[in-house]
Amino acid sequence: MIESSLSQMGAALRAKKISSVELTQLYLDRISQLNPELNAYITTRPEASLAQARAADARIAAGTAEALTGIPFGQKDIFCAKDWLTTCGSKMLHNFVSPYDAHVISQFNDAGAVNLGKTNMDEFAMGSSNETSHYGSVKNPWDKARVPGGSSGGTASAIAARLCAAATGTDTGGSIRQPAALCGISGLKPTYGVVSRYGMIAFASSLDQAGPMGRSAEDLALMLNAMAGFDERDSTSLQRDKEDYARDLNKPLNGLRIGIPKEFFASGLGSDVAKAVEAAIAEYKKLGAVIVDISLPSTRLSIPVYYVLAPAEASSNLSRFDGVRYGYRAPEYTDLADMYEKSRAQGFGAEVQRRIMIGTYVLSHGYYDAYYLQAQKIRRLIAQDFVEAYKHCDVIMGPTSPSTAFKLGEKGDDPVQMYLSDIYTIAVNLAGLPGMSIPCGFGDNDMPVGLQIIGNYFDEARMLNVAHQYQLATDWHSRAPQGI
Amino acid sequence: MSLSTTDVEKVARLARLAMTPAEIETARSQLSGIFGLIEEMQAVDTKGIEPMSHAQDVAQRLREDKVTETNQREAFQAIAPQVEGGLYLVPQVIE
Repeated sequence: MIESSLSQMGAALRAKKISSVELTQLYLDRISQLNPELNAYITTRPEASLAQARAADARIAAGTAEALTGIPFGQKDIFCAKDWLTTCGSKMLHNFVSPYDAHVISQFNDAGAVNLGKTNMDEFAMGSSNETSHYGSVKNPWDKARVPGGSSGGTASAIAARLCAAATGTDTGGSIRQPAALCGISGLKPTYGVVSRYGMIAFASSLDQAGPMGRSAEDLALMLNAMAGFDERDSTSLQRDKEDYARDLNKPLNGLRIGIPKEFFASGLGSDVAKAVEAAIAEYKKLGAVIVDISLPSTRLSIPVYYVLAPAEASSNLSRFDGVRYGYRAPEYTDLADMYEKSRAQGFGAEVQRRIMIGTYVLSHGYYDAYYLQAQKIRRLIAQDFVEAYKHCDVIMGPTSPSTAFKLGEKGDDPVQMYLSDIYTIAVNLAGLPGMSIPCGFGDNDMPVGLQIIGNYFDEARMLNVAHQYQLATDWHSRAPQGI
Repeated sequence: MSLSTTDVEKVARLARLAMTPAEIETARSQLSGIFGLIEEMQAVDTKGIEPMSHAQDVAQRLREDKVTETNQREAFQAIAPQVEGGLYLVPQVIE
């Protein structure tokens, strides 16, 4: 059952071949067995999960089940879930039992899905290796000496190890796509504004976007159907008609124009990754696609722009953590300012403090124009690159990450090296475009390689079609790590 | 770009982060490296380019001026570090 697609699981549940309680228990048993080593989940509450499963079974018996009813999902620990410890990977929220549900959580609840647990992540989603989590590093199931990527590393590891049917992620600079690539699974960051940010703990609000992660494009389409939609509680949620993201899955790819940006294949790209991505592009040609050479000349600027804008927004968003209304408060302090400073210094980890410092600096008096405003202007140049490119192609393809999963601790002491690994994913967030990663083979040390597919605004259904057709023709997405 | 110790101390104060002199020094060295990366932006000619603050070109929605939230004081204060009589407690601010 654990290798079944979400639609197969849903059908089996509705046909009463298996109950949601049985399916949930199966995953809970796998979690007890494998999570101590992988550390993919921060919190599980078996009784709460099983109560949801019983409710799902009752709904199935009553004949009111929907596509996801009874299916067990992991939820990234960035989403507030009522009565669930919601830490965002931080000591700052080590005792934060959320009094309310994020929009994404209530969408899954309304669909009758089961919440298996809260998945581990880089602290406040700041990281590309999951090593900044206060709750310990997550291991990559393909090689437990390697990172799963980040920040949605717990979700990616849990999916690859079959510790859930699928799970949620969030992506500010690549946090869905990069861990999906490094763990050999599929993940989609929708167009900015498609999924509500309500109750999703904020990092950089103009870039943050939630999305589905799973074993196939088909699964992602079903999840996105549940996750997407207008929500008035998020002021940047877009008012659009509801759409069925699975509607185009079976369209043939004849004549599809795939743009290949030369900047994504320049120096810095691992030769093993290049080889797997080029083979995937060759496969697309066989499926009837046409290759178009394009240029995204501002690609290299996306890193400096991102590392000004994201920390600036983060420094502002994270000012709410003051040890007064919720979260961590230092045990000893002399006065109010001392309480703020000690609570924040003890509650935030090193990477989060670093980004708050960068953001505070670039927003401070005398530097605003040189950094923040200049970054916003270049952000427009980066977005315009894509507008120009989409005059000549339907989707853009390239690598998701310059290398496969690196070893735990390998980049730990050098933030600049870690930041450079986000080179192919960041521009997509800056432009607000949808992007996804699907497995396309293996590189050095038999570690998975991800193919990135970037779509035009609101073109998720086409991207899922493009990914699904590849997954019908290849079996990279159905490979499982050894011992799983 | 190289930041001074005074720069970093000032930023830590603005960001409300207590830092020891050793931590200030580590931060100074790491931030200098990161700003080295960021400096690349300065060479780009952006004359006449409109800053882009948001991914979608949409205006902020307005809503009716009416109460939509219910009072959940007890639920919210149940997770606060220190409360008394429905109030959040902080160290004395006014003498």
